[in-house]
Amino acid sequence: MNAHLQPTGSAYFIDKETQAVENHTLSVLVTNEPGVLARVIGLFSGRGYNIESLTVSETEHEAHLSRITIVTRGTPHVLEQIKAQLERIVPVHRVVDLTVRALELGSDRPVERELALIKVAGSGEARVEALRLAEAFRAKVIDATVGHFIFEITGKPSKIDQFISIMKPMGLIEVCRTGIAALNRGPQGM
Amino acid sequence: MTGKDTQNDGKMTGAEIVLRALKDNGVEHIFGYPGGAVLPIYDEIFQQEDIQHILVRHEQGAGHAAEGYARATGKPGVMLVTSGPGATNAVTPLQDALMDSIPLVCLSGQVPTTLIGSDAFQECDTVGITRPCTKHNWLVKDVNDLAATIHEAFRIATTGRPGPVVVDIPKDVQFATGTYTPPSATQPKGNYKPKMQGDLDRIRAAVELMANARRPIIYSGGGVVNSGPEASQLLRELVELTGFPITSTLMGLGSYPASGKNWLGMLGMHGTYEANMAMHDCDVMVCIGARFDDRITGRLNAFSPNSKKIHIDIDPSSVNKTVRVDVPIIGDVGRVLEDMVRLWRATANKADKSHLKDWWDDITRWRARNSLAYRPNDDVIMPQYAIQRLYEKTKHLDTYITTEVGQHQMWAAQFYGFEKPNRWMTSGGLGTMGYGLPAALGAQIAHPESLVIDIAGDASVQMTMQEMSSAVQYNAPIKIFILNNQYMGMVRQWQQLLHGNRLSNSYTEAMPDFVLMAQAFGAHGIRCEKPGDLDDAIQEMIDVKKPVLFDCRVANLANCFPMIPSGKAHNEMLLPDEATDEAVANAIDAKGRQLV
Repeated sequence: MNAHLQPTGSAYFIDKETQAVENHTLSVLVTNEPGVLARVIGLFSGRGYNIESLTVSETEHEAHLSRITIVTRGTPHVLEQIKAQLERIVPVHRVVDLTVRALELGSDRPVERELALIKVAGSGEARVEALRLAEAFRAKVIDATVGHFIFEITGKPSKIDQFISIMKPMGLIEVCRTGIAALNRGPQGM
Repeated sequence: MTGKDTQNDGKMTGAEIVLRALKDNGVEHIFGYPGGAVLPIYDEIFQQEDIQHILVRHEQGAGHAAEGYARATGKPGVMLVTSGPGATNAVTPLQDALMDSIPLVCLSGQVPTTLIGSDAFQECDTVGITRPCTKHNWLVKDVNDLAATIHEAFRIATTGRPGPVVVDIPKDVQFATGTYTPPSATQPKGNYKPKMQGDLDRIRAAVELMANARRPIIYSGGGVVNSGPEASQLLRELVELTGFPITSTLMGLGSYPASGKNWLGMLGMHGTYEANMAMHDCDVMVCIGARFDDRITGRLNAFSPNSKKIHIDIDPSSVNKTVRVDVPIIGDVGRVLEDMVRLWRATANKADKSHLKDWWDDITRWRARNSLAYRPNDDVIMPQYAIQRLYEKTKHLDTYITTEVGQHQMWAAQFYGFEKPNRWMTSGGLGTMGYGLPAALGAQIAHPESLVIDIAGDASVQMTMQEMSSAVQYNAPIKIFILNNQYMGMVRQWQQLLHGNRLSNSYTEAMPDFVLMAQAFGAHGIRCEKPGDLDDAIQEMIDVKKPVLFDCRVANLANCFPMIPSGKAHNEMLLPDEATDEAVANAIDAKGRQLV
C-alpha cells in the first residue's frame, strides 16, 4: 500500500539542473531613491543569483529614474525567476530582459558597450608597441608622461578583454572598467 | 487628538503626525515597547485615547502579537519599537510576517538625523538590517514626508501579497513641525500596482481543464485567508459545484471547513495519507493561494508527476518558482475565484459528478488507511488525545487557536478542526518557536470576549514566556495549553530519524514548574497528568477568567506521523503503524540527511 522506501538521489532543490546556463543582460528602471541599489544587489546575493556586470546611473532626472544594467547568468528558469523577483521590489518600475527582447526583435543580442581606462607603464620598444596597438584598437591616450600612458577604450567587452590581455606584456599597471551599458536595436524603447 | 493642529495652520510635530496617520488608517491597537528614540511618540500616545497601546515585555512579542492581531482580524498589525536593540528585536517577527504574508506595519525610532552614521547610542542601520525581511521600508528624513510615507506603508503592507513594512523615524523628525496630509490627499508614489483581476482566457482554460478532469484536487493555502472572507466563501462554493476533493496547507486551514465532506485534511510533510496520495495521483491540480513550499512538495522531481497544474497567486514570483505549472493565473484569489465560479456555472456540466466516482473510491481507500492513528493509552496522556479533547471541549465556542512550532503544531493542525478562516494563527514559513503566546495575546486584544488558546510546546513557550506578564496587565485571558513532553519533540524526532537516536541537547533537564510560574505572573496554573482528568482540567481552563498556563504532561516519546521523510515523495510516506524504530532509523538516506 505505502510505496517501499527507496534511497533517492536527490530532494527539493538539489535536483540536477537540466537546462543550459545562459548569460542575459537585464535593464531595470528604478526610482532614484536611497537604498534602491542595495535592494537590487541584496536580492541577487540573498537568493544566490550571479552578477557578472552591473552599471547604474540616473537617466531621467525629472522623473527621478535610474537605469540599472545587470548581466547575470542562469538557466532560463532562474532568469525568469530573477525578473519576477526584481519586479517585486517596490521602487522597481520595469524590468526588461534585453537578451530575450533582442531575439524577439530579430537581432542576435542587444548592443552592449563598455568603457575602460587602462594604465600602462614602460619605456623603449614596449612603449612604442603599446601606443601602436592602442591606435589599432582605437583607444585614446588621455594621460601620459615619458614613463606611462592611460588609454581610454570603448567597445564590446570582448574587445576590451583582448586589448587588456595584449597590454599585459607591455607593462600593464591597472585597469578600471565601467561594466556593460546596453540597449536594444531599433526605434522602440524598453 | 490633542487639537494642537487646528491652532497651528495644520502644522503638527512629527510625533503628532504619527498618531494622526495611524488613526486615519483605522488603527485601534498598537503593540510596542518604549525607548529613547521613540519617546516623543510615546508622549503623544499618553495624550490621546483613540489608539490603545499594548505594552509588551520584548519587541519580538510586540511583532508576533501584531501578527496574531492581523491574522485574527484581517486588518494590519502595528508595532512600535525604539532604535537599535528595539529594531533588531523586531527582525524575527518581520521575517516571520514576510514568509507568511502577514500585513505588519512596524514604526521604529531612530537616532537624530544629525547622528546617523556616527555609531551613536542605540543606533543601528534599521533600514539596512530590515531590507531583506520587509516588503519595503523607509527612513523618513523630512517631517513633511512623514504622513505620506506612513499612508504608503499601510497601502503596501495590506495590498497585493500582504507583508511587513518598516518606517524608521529619527528622533529629530518626531520633534520637528510639519504639515499633515490625510490619506485621501496623498498620491501613491512610484509604480506599485498589484494585479488583482485574473486573465479571463487563462481562467477559461483552467475551467476547461477542471471540467475534463477525472482525478482532480484543489490545493489551497494562506492566500485564500489573506484575500478575505469572501474568498473562503467562494472556495466553498467552488468545491460544492465541482465536487472536487480539497486539501490545504498549514496556512490555509479553515478556508474550507474541516467538517466538509470533500475535506482530505492537511497535506505535506505531516499531512494525511489521503491528501498526499491524491496530490501524487491527480490529473488536474488547482493550487489556490499557495506556493509549493518544500514542506508541501517533498522531493520535487517526484511531485505529482502526471498532473496538469493550475496556479492562482497574486505574486508573479510565486509562479513557476519551484514547480512548473501549466495554467498560471496572476490575481487576487477572491477575484479569480469569482470569475472561476461564474464560468463553471455557465459552461461546465455541473450536475454530473459521476465521472469522479472512481477517484473518490480511491480516496475512500486511502482514508481507510487512517493515517492519523495513534495508540491510545489509559495511563499517560497521548498528545494527540489532548488536542482531540481540547477540540471537543471548545469546538462549539468562539475559539481562536495559535501555536508555537514543533510536534504540537503539527498535531494541532492534524487534530483540531477549523471551520472558519482567521481562526488559526501559526508560524508556517519561518517556523518561529515562541510565536504562539504573543500571537494569542494579539488575537485576544482583537477579540476580548473570545476564547484564545495557544497550543504550545514546553520548549517553544519558554522563548516568549515573558508576554504572560503583558496578558495579565491587559486582562487578556489567553490559555496556554502546553503539551509538555520535556523534549524539543520535533528536534528529537529528527535526531531519531537522522542521527542514530543521539539526542544532543533536545532534552530539557531543568524544566520550570509551569504552575508556579503562572502564579508568579499573577495568572492561573493547571497541571494535568492523567487522561481521566483531562476533560475537567480543560473545562477549568475555559472557565477561569484569567490567563492560564496549562501544563499538560504528555507521553514523552510520542512522535509525529504520518511523515514524508526529507528527500521522499508524496507516495513514500512513513505511516504511524509502520514507523518502527528500525523504519525510523532508516527512513532518510545520506542525501536526504543534508536537507532541512
